[in-house]
Amino acid sequence: MDETIEYAAATGALSTMWLLIALPLFGAAVLLTGGRRLDKTAPSMGTATVALTFALSVFYVVTLAGLDNRSVSLNLFSFIPVTDLQVDAGLLLDPLSAVFILLITGVGGLIHLYSIGYMHDDPGRRRFFGYLNLFVAAMLLLVLGNSFVLLYVGWEGVGLASYLLIAFWYTRPGAATAAKKAFIMNRVGDVGLAIAIFLMFATLGSTQYADVLGGADALTGGTATALALLLLLGACGKSGQFPLQAWLPDAMEGPTPVSALIHAATMVTAGVYLIARAAPIYNLTETGRTVVAIVGAVTLLIGCIAGCAKDDIKRVLAWSTVSQIGYMFLAVGLGPAGYAVGILHLLTHGFFKAGLFLGAGSVMHGMHDEVDMRKYGALAKRMKITFATFTLGYLALIGFPFLSGFYSKDLIIEAAFDKGGTSGWLLGGAALLGAGLTAFYMTRLMLMTFFGEQRWDKGVQPHESPTVMTVPMIVLAFGSVFAGFLLVNVFPLESWLEPVFGPRPEVEHVIEPIVVTLLVTVLVAIGIAAAWLFVGRRQVARTPPVSVSAVVRAARANLYGDALNESVFMRPGQWLTRALVFVDNKGVDGAVNGVAALMGGSSARLGRAQNGFVRTYALGMLGGSILVVAALLAVRFG
Amino acid sequence: MSTLLLVTLLLPLAGGVVVAGLPGERQLLAKQLTLAISLVVLVLTLVMAVGFDPGGERFQFASSYTWIADFGVRFALGVDGIAVVLIALIGVLVPVVVAASWNDEPTGGRSMKAFFAWLLVLETMMIGVFAATDVFLFYVFFEVMLVPMYFLIGSFGGPRRQYAAVKFFLYSLLGGLIMLASVIGLFVVSNNQLGEGTFAFDALRQLEITPGTQKLLFLGFFIAFAIKAPLVPFHTWLPDAGAEAPIGGAVLLVGVLDKVGTFGFLRYCLPLFPDASRFFAPLAIVLSVVGIFYGALLAMGQSDMKRLLAYTSIAHFGFIGLGVFAFTSQAGTGAVLYMVNHGISTGALFLIVGILINRGGSRLISDYGGMARVTPLLAGAFLIAGLSSLGLPGTNSFVSEFLVLIGSFTTQPVFAIIATVGIILAALYILQMYQRTMHGPESLTNPRLRKARDLDKRELATLSPLIALIIVLGVYPKPVLDIITPAVEATMVDLGATDPAPTVAEEGTR
Repeated sequence: MDETIEYAAATGALSTMWLLIALPLFGAAVLLTGGRRLDKTAPSMGTATVALTFALSVFYVVTLAGLDNRSVSLNLFSFIPVTDLQVDAGLLLDPLSAVFILLITGVGGLIHLYSIGYMHDDPGRRRFFGYLNLFVAAMLLLVLGNSFVLLYVGWEGVGLASYLLIAFWYTRPGAATAAKKAFIMNRVGDVGLAIAIFLMFATLGSTQYADVLGGADALTGGTATALALLLLLGACGKSGQFPLQAWLPDAMEGPTPVSALIHAATMVTAGVYLIARAAPIYNLTETGRTVVAIVGAVTLLIGCIAGCAKDDIKRVLAWSTVSQIGYMFLAVGLGPAGYAVGILHLLTHGFFKAGLFLGAGSVMHGMHDEVDMRKYGALAKRMKITFATFTLGYLALIGFPFLSGFYSKDLIIEAAFDKGGTSGWLLGGAALLGAGLTAFYMTRLMLMTFFGEQRWDKGVQPHESPTVMTVPMIVLAFGSVFAGFLLVNVFPLESWLEPVFGPRPEVEHVIEPIVVTLLVTVLVAIGIAAAWLFVGRRQVARTPPVSVSAVVRAARANLYGDALNESVFMRPGQWLTRALVFVDNKGVDGAVNGVAALMGGSSARLGRAQNGFVRTYALGMLGGSILVVAALLAVRFG
Repeated sequence: MSTLLLVTLLLPLAGGVVVAGLPGERQLLAKQLTLAISLVVLVLTLVMAVGFDPGGERFQFASSYTWIADFGVRFALGVDGIAVVLIALIGVLVPVVVAASWNDEPTGGRSMKAFFAWLLVLETMMIGVFAATDVFLFYVFFEVMLVPMYFLIGSFGGPRRQYAAVKFFLYSLLGGLIMLASVIGLFVVSNNQLGEGTFAFDALRQLEITPGTQKLLFLGFFIAFAIKAPLVPFHTWLPDAGAEAPIGGAVLLVGVLDKVGTFGFLRYCLPLFPDASRFFAPLAIVLSVVGIFYGALLAMGQSDMKRLLAYTSIAHFGFIGLGVFAFTSQAGTGAVLYMVNHGISTGALFLIVGILINRGGSRLISDYGGMARVTPLLAGAFLIAGLSSLGLPGTNSFVSEFLVLIGSFTTQPVFAIIATVGIILAALYILQMYQRTMHGPESLTNPRLRKARDLDKRELATLSPLIALIIVLGVYPKPVLDIITPAVEATMVDLGATDPAPTVAEEGTR
């Protein structure tokens, strides 16, 4: 592959695309510094900036589609210029960033709208909408930046927004701790991304996409693999992938619209974006790609297994997100055969998972903020719209034929098998198994929430949510149903993305697509049946059963991921800190004080000697000066 | 000859003398006068920074007067791009400190008039130490600077102020005396080589000193600067001094005085002793990287907020040390910018912690909790300053940390990678302190915090310039980088170091 990357300079209407970031940033600044007088208008103001940004995005993407060279770069100013290192602040609108800005502002706008209802009574809603606007701005910078450094700026920016929003109800210790955990685990990943950027500069002399991606072919295999693995570490942190998955379920401490926007539809998929963006690097390294695919496959199974054992509706959906992003990683880990498919799943998932989270929020809204599904039951009749939209999201997620998830997930499983060899069978098998498990845990969620008997707490009167909340749910349900079909058949995503990823290679199918579809359908049916057998036809206990198998215990403990972090990093770290504090006080400082005591009496005595008596002090200075002069004279005349 | 720098240098000293001479009951006038003088100095430093021509002479606004003719000592001043930004930092921080200390009540019946007088004297010493282009003059400022700081800590500090002040003084004095030996040594060498002894920096850096002598002379400077900066294991005076100093003193101690150490590495060690610098660079880098982790881990283990901040500074000085001794233009420029940024963000953090202590009457983290609800503005300022301290992109510190690390990576990849891991710890200690003081349920142990005042107008005015700088320098650092870079490049030339070329040769893809 010998291709140079040419980005056309932005002209005309596209030269104003910095507005995409400026608008929500302005909204955030106004809302966060505006004071209480903005409390009333904050929700509509915050929503308006994002709605306007969405309108602009549509306009820019349409303009872009009309161009011959659909990769347009806009240089804004010189950001960090030091000799050979020239980092520019610039934006790149190309087919890949185009689909992301539509997703971010489209789904983001809907979730802002929903939040008007959801956060209606919260005294902190001005702050909430300010943070949400800040998130949108940072996320747009992440996908629009034209260098890895700008991506990194957006990358940590969305991390900040995520931190602020998880800790939104900061008086709850759980929320505050979850926020900190999310930030720290993200930072672990960020170290990888940062070092990757350093390595790009050391080898290619630049961090701009044009130079790095355009010049990647000159890299040695080892460097390319190192870059691929470092970028993967960053991607794992942001996207909650193994071994950095533990923060994402805890992030559900944030308000539900946050879970929908940041921790399902957009931010957590940034890792997939990063790998897809760096495709020219991953194309050079079979090892790098394979590791990405393995991480995806392992994570998708971890997510499914943990999701099966949770009773908290948001945690089930969170583990489902972990697992679905695992599918996306698996896809982009397949290289040119999978990039576009991975992005396709990212988009369809953005619709149905956001819809599911908003549905869960609607359920919680009607159930006095209860999240325990063991205290739900029989809600289908009380919340008809929520039930209908949630059901469509559910069907899309489990891959019900001709709904969104069916298109994207089947293609991933197919492509995994097509990789060929043992690895192809293993990856494909994992993806296939995951489809069955997904059907199980999602059916379990449906049955426990909407069907069976009422298990509500006393005084809970479930009710449907207001229109401002149901409308976004309905829109997203439409997306859940049709997005897959539209993006495959009407506006084919794959050919739209071809300028970025190149043409998809023709391969011999290891398993015929129709067989894959049949296998998936069978496994999904088994999953649904199993859920019915274990959950649907039995009475659901209001408290989780205690005597359970080792597998269930492991799944409830998130496969011991947290326990591992605690015993490997946290406790030794705390121990080390305590030890060092002791050593520093007693050892290093003690030695120094000991020496001081030897040399001039105890420092306490010195302290008395210096106790504000300027005379004594001046005498000391005089002594010092004499010493200096004497030394000088000695040199001069010696 | 330009007198601007000379005036900037002497004005605070003259002001300090006047303030000290005011009658004891004119406390308000003393404050007003101090603030006015510090603001005039701020304007002068900014005029210099704006008027500095990055492409011009290495030392600008220079002036030189015969001082001790027999020893070739001259009262020679001048600023390069490194000194001019650090002097501007002093110009910004001093009025901020004056405003922050406005309502302080000294313990033991002392007069705040003396505090402000010492503050102005200290400003002159701090400017002088960066502006001196004569090594002996530098040494004099380096030592005399201790006096006002000694009194600021020892007379106006916390309960253990005497202990902390003496410890600070003895440590620095010890370093200074060791440096004096090297200063004299330089004089001897110049005397032998040039026929007449000189302390002029420009003459000294052109000497050809034998490697053996270089190493000895280098160590004298290095130890003094390593104590000042401080690098581990010369650091134990800083947590005590930082914790016991009055908030205003702590801001200048950690924000400016410590920078003399890292500035000294760059200004004196590298250009004067290039061979020795290369020889000792691995040692300096190891100490720096150890400091990053040692300071961060100890910061996490502190229960006292001021001590915590002092330890975070040790970690930050580790980054600066790495940047200085990595010998690339990016790392060096990053290190200088880091000095400025650290002064801004840690200065802001000390001020914020000071306000918190003012409200709660305790330095212990555990006495606070849930303050974000009671004092949202204070919490917001705390968060922004904290995010800067942990190097979040969009804040000033990111730019400097990024430059240090990316620049170090090209020559010292292993240490750069290890140092990068340190950014996780930075996030930990900052967010942990923030969570424990600002998040969670409100403190039960300290009922007076439930009705704590949020920032008043004076406090807002004190913090806003620093918060604004955190964001402006985080988004558009180019003007400052443009001033620093040529000076660092000149230093690299003195050192004989060149930036490594990209390992993959590329032809004009840009």
